Amino acid sequence: MSQTSEPRQILYREALNEALREEMRRDPAVFCLGVGIADRGGSYKVTVGLLDEFGPKRVIDTPISEASFTGAAVGAAIVGMRPVVEILFIDFALLVLDQVVNQAAKHRFMTGGIGRVPMVLRTQGGVGSGLAAQHSQSLEAIFYHIPGLKLVMPSTPYDAKGLLKTAIRNDDPVIFIEHKLLYQAKGLVPEGEYLIEFGKADVKRPGKDVTLIAWSNMVPRSLAAAEKLAAEGIQVEVLDPRTLVPLDQQAILESVRKTEHVVIVQEAVRRGGVASDIASIIGHEAFDHLDSPIEICAGLSTAIPFNLRLEAACVPQEEDIIAAVKRAVYAA
Amino acid sequence: MGLSHSKAFLSDLYRTLYTIRFFENRCIKLYRQGLIRGYFHPYLGEEAIATGVCAALGANDYIVSTHRGHGHCIARGADLRRMIAELLGKAPGYCAGRGGSMHIADVRGGNLGANGIVGAGIPLGVGAALASSIRGDGRVAAVFFSDGAANNGVFAEAMNLAAIWDLPVILVLENNHYAVSTPVEQVCRTCDMAERGKGYGVESLCLDGNDVLAMYERTREAAERCRAGRGPVLIEAKTYRHMGHHVNDPGTYMPKDRLEHYLARDPVKIGRRCLIEKGGASEAEVQGIETEVERAIEDAVEFAVAAPEPDLQAFLREVETCG
Repeated sequence: MSQTSEPRQILYREALNEALREEMRRDPAVFCLGVGIADRGGSYKVTVGLLDEFGPKRVIDTPISEASFTGAAVGAAIVGMRPVVEILFIDFALLVLDQVVNQAAKHRFMTGGIGRVPMVLRTQGGVGSGLAAQHSQSLEAIFYHIPGLKLVMPSTPYDAKGLLKTAIRNDDPVIFIEHKLLYQAKGLVPEGEYLIEFGKADVKRPGKDVTLIAWSNMVPRSLAAAEKLAAEGIQVEVLDPRTLVPLDQQAILESVRKTEHVVIVQEAVRRGGVASDIASIIGHEAFDHLDSPIEICAGLSTAIPFNLRLEAACVPQEEDIIAAVKRAVYAA
Repeated sequence: MGLSHSKAFLSDLYRTLYTIRFFENRCIKLYRQGLIRGYFHPYLGEEAIATGVCAALGANDYIVSTHRGHGHCIARGADLRRMIAELLGKAPGYCAGRGGSMHIADVRGGNLGANGIVGAGIPLGVGAALASSIRGDGRVAAVFFSDGAANNGVFAEAMNLAAIWDLPVILVLENNHYAVSTPVEQVCRTCDMAERGKGYGVESLCLDGNDVLAMYERTREAAERCRAGRGPVLIEAKTYRHMGHHVNDPGTYMPKDRLEHYLARDPVKIGRRCLIEKGGASEAEVQGIETEVERAIEDAVEFAVAAPEPDLQAFLREVETCG
């Protein structure tokens, strides 16, 4: 947007911090709450420094009472505030499902379109390094399934900042899922104001041979795979939807019609996942354009093990993505 | 206690009590006729709680209701036509026919909504109070919930949040002695549930929930305390349903002697007596109020029965765009 200045290299977590800071300066209705977000600045340092600037009324440390502080955020949002809740791990978001699914997601609907719940639930998921079964899950499909929620999964610092700002200004509840391995990722981010519209996919790498759809931490991994495949003469188009709800079907279908081959990469387990739904959309809308079966490269249907070798085997690695692309391209 | 109240004020209280009573009985008839579908949890027997609490709140304050929420809605000043229209699933209803009895809400009027999930409204009300505390706008939130909800984890969590943040919230625990059909004695070792608040450092009272004046006076004090930054307050209001959990539950598990004990302490009759004895109203004046209420409800029924259904095509178009 207009006030954008020269971009700098900053970390994903710093980009998120900038988004929060800018939005809190802009709008006094924005406030943050979560476990250890104020004094400590959050376990992943996303909220560092906000307490000093905005004070304890707007940067609130909570007890470990996820259901109730999330519910309190919903209540505050109903009466016009714009809370940003941090749930430390998406695994703990399972404790807040009633407040998110039965309350936040349905309030606008149940009030005949009069009520609003302008809240953001920030959390993070995915495998880290040995965080085991209850701190490593990719649970976006649970939220994807629920009408009334927006679902955002940024893969770069640039997207993280622009999407979080848009999320905070959105009048509906937004589930904003970060990835624990991306917090230290660096990228170019403009210093000033910019927003990224929901429902706009981003081509992270153009290519003509195969459309690879990935989000969150599967994007950098897929880009690394695409680089290697390019050396073998396969031009992969890496498409990042950035928001799963709303989903940019148009961009996906345009790319598929061009390349005629599709790979969908998701870290989450395959069964009942978002990849399956995207595949069904493509299968229905672009069937005549497909030159080979849609490949889904997904996590194994298992809990995440602690042992690092076992952990790595459970989610798509670069070589798995490369193999999936080759299956898609050479199956024809 | 012993405060003197004007006849006009006592008339207002009685008008609300009687409106809730007549509304529920009239709507049960509509239910039996098949005009109201789904679940319907009458507030019969508990009228004094909503009436007293809401009379003590200001126009800008918030309430959070429950699945047994018609009384809260009426006491908050809802439009009876729009209420009955909602119960009938009609377009001019408060939720455009999408909410029904269990989800009736009037967000603009400060009623943040009934709730189909027992206990879920408690954190919502605490959140409204949190918003009030951040803005410093002096609003108070009154959250209605039941003895059943007090056994859900969010009760403990949310009360603690309200306590540590000194929030202006009045937690109104309607102890009607049953969680659906389970008696409170079976699921609580301490049945005086106000005791629970003390462990959280919360000012806690146990009141006769069938005494509308007691409910009003103590809620006023609680609201003042909240506005002075010394909230929250937990009010346990002892009461009893006059029938089963919902209109199709005969309530056979409710012991007769106990029901009779509470029927003898009928909150509407207590309010009526209060208007006559303390307000100096004549029998004719009281009957005048009753006739007025009955007319207003019959008018609302007529309006709602004649009201149009929600437009299906418009609904489907909206679903498509909201995705």
